[in-house]
Amino acid sequence: MSQVMLPAKRFVVSSVSSDAHMWNLVFLQLLLEEQGAHVTNLGACVPDDLIIEECRRSRPDALVISTVNGHGHLDGLRLIRRIREEPDLADLRVVIGGKLGVRGAENIVFAEELALSGYDAVFEADGGIENFQEFLGTLDAPAERPALASSGVAA
Amino acid sequence: MNAPIRSSEGAVAAARTQGRFSRYVHGAHADGRLVVQPRMGFADLATMREGLLGVRGADATATGTITLDSYTRVNDHDSARQALRTGAELNGFPLVAHGPDATRQLLDSVSGPVSASGGRDFPVQVRHGSALPYPLFEAMVAAGVDATEGGPVSYCLPYSRAPISAAVKAWAQCCELIAAQPDPMHLESFGGCMLGQLCPPSLLVALSVLEGLFFREHGLSDISLSYAQQTHPGQDLEAIAALRRLAGERLAEADWHVVLYTFMGVFPRTPVGSFRILEESVRLAVRSGSERLIVKTPAEAHRIPTIAENVDALEFAASIARDEAGRGAEVAPTESGVYEEARLLVDSTLELAPTVGEALIRAFERGHLDVPYCLHQDNANKSRAYVDPAGMLQWAEAGRMPLRVERGASRRPVSAKGLLTMLGFNEQRFDREQLTNGHLRGLQYPGRTARRGLS
Ligand code: B12
Repeated sequence: MSQVMLPAKRFVVSSVSSDAHMWNLVFLQLLLEEQGAHVTNLGACVPDDLIIEECRRSRPDALVISTVNGHGHLDGLRLIRRIREEPDLADLRVVIGGKLGVRGAENIVFAEELALSGYDAVFEADGGIENFQEFLGTLDAPAERPALASSGVAA
Repeated sequence: MNAPIRSSEGAVAAARTQGRFSRYVHGAHADGRLVVQPRMGFADLATMREGLLGVRGADATATGTITLDSYTRVNDHDSARQALRTGAELNGFPLVAHGPDATRQLLDSVSGPVSASGGRDFPVQVRHGSALPYPLFEAMVAAGVDATEGGPVSYCLPYSRAPISAAVKAWAQCCELIAAQPDPMHLESFGGCMLGQLCPPSLLVALSVLEGLFFREHGLSDISLSYAQQTHPGQDLEAIAALRRLAGERLAEADWHVVLYTFMGVFPRTPVGSFRILEESVRLAVRSGSERLIVKTPAEAHRIPTIAENVDALEFAASIARDEAGRGAEVAPTESGVYEEARLLVDSTLELAPTVGEALIRAFERGHLDVPYCLHQDNANKSRAYVDPAGMLQWAEAGRMPLRVERGASRRPVSAKGLLTMLGFNEQRFDREQLTNGHLRGLQYPGRTARRGLS
């Protein structure tokens, strides 16, 4: 957690439309800010339009989606398809993490479809933090998509 | 007290005529039995029915629960319908998408029709987490649901981005809708939970009582008040005593009981840790004279529990409750002033406006009430809490709340790692054994092995 990022990177941290959990968002904000980043935290139950609007307005270095209520495989998929339909957001780095389905350890089955649909990385549950740190280190290189081969889906 | 309360004559009469849910709860309490209840919700009707029948058949004094899915909670009923069509997995029962007729049939098939004496031998509560729930309340009334939960603050701040003023308006209409029914359903305040963790007891108690007063203001007299287990058994005992005392003083004309929730924050990951924290909550419920307990299972940290896991947790809780009933007092309540602080928060909030609803709006607007770490745009988010070395949950920052907070090392801003450590306090407290003791290694973590009970 000691990595220093210069110049300050900017992130939008957000939940998805049906997910009300906040501690995950509070945690991610602190984690990023401690590394010198600037974070806009959109909070819980965020409609797709609001996320898109904010990304368009603030052009962050990455959009970080966090969801744990088990609907991530539905809301997260819908969201990324919408984002990638917007020509000006096609290049935006977008990652998703948390508890992405209601299948416990088997939620990993959702990772592939999420990555193929346009996420630059997918992190399932607690195991994701180390891989997330690694991902942060790659922000200055161009995105490789689909992400599965490069950015390591974390189980 | 300046909050207008409905004509006391009607209220007193209502307090005598218990609703079908409370009748069951009070009956069990009079017999010395703790009512236990799961958090259980499945998307399809058949599994939901099987789950309710499993709870009904449990060796416990249990009421049923239908927990709703997150689409229904945010009024995205189209997405819920689409998931039902495609078979996509939801995290609960989409009541509005299934509709009131299907829900009524489900309820009748598990709890039978309401008897001539007005009772049910297996009442069922709908738990939802919806800030603007009028469409849901219409469906619940049409389906004949026995009980539900929520409140204009407790179902708004932690669950939505709806303005508190909109939630107050919607919840007033919902209360009035159920009050107008011949046999109104029971309503439980979720004020004793808020974000599940790191909210000190005095604010939880105050919010529960304030929501109880709001329910009264809008015509309801069959209610319950909640409190969620926190980090310290003695402090929790003090808090529940404070809740009962304050409710006794302020809600004397209502028919109320107290429902305790097994810890609502980051849960132990091991089966042993899970049952130990559940055990502590059962003993707390019995010692504090709480009438009802909502349990959690060893699946909590990992995924939605199966029917079998829910039934096991209920039966375990019932057996601990029987054991505790035969014991003497082993835990003493702390004396940290929870009652005084909660009373101050309630009274000073009520002074802000002529109605409870308006007072709640103003109190949050000016940070007079402030839930630690809550990101909702109408919450000041200036207050902070911490777990002290003795394990008690304390204020670190009061924000603009009228509380005295002792200055100390607790005021340092928390780091990401520090936050996880505080959130993980109970997880560590209860998992220690299984994570360190070789003799328990044969047990496997549920998330890694079992499949959940959805067909
Ligand atoms: C607190 C809590 C609540 C509170 C939330 C208050 C709030 N507004 O924040 C309340 C009580 C309101 C609540 C409500 C609900 N909850 Co809840 N909740 C929890 C609980 C107990 C703790 C969550 C928590 O605070 N974690 C602390 C944070 C810091 O950790 P985290 O969220 O796990 O995130 C970590 C990792 O996942 C990862 N991570 C997360 N996101 C990301 C993103 C990226 C990019 C990366 C790299 C990593 C990452 O990093 C974090 C740190 O390690 C969990 C169970 C548990 N874990 O014990 C259930 C849980 C998450 N809830 C659950 C559910 C289903 C619900 C409800 C639908 C009700 C229900 N059916 O039980 C509603 C949801 C309402 C909605 N519209 O979404 C389920 C989800 C099931 C699933 N996915 O299979 C859980 C697992 C409980 C369970 N077993 O049923 N909940």
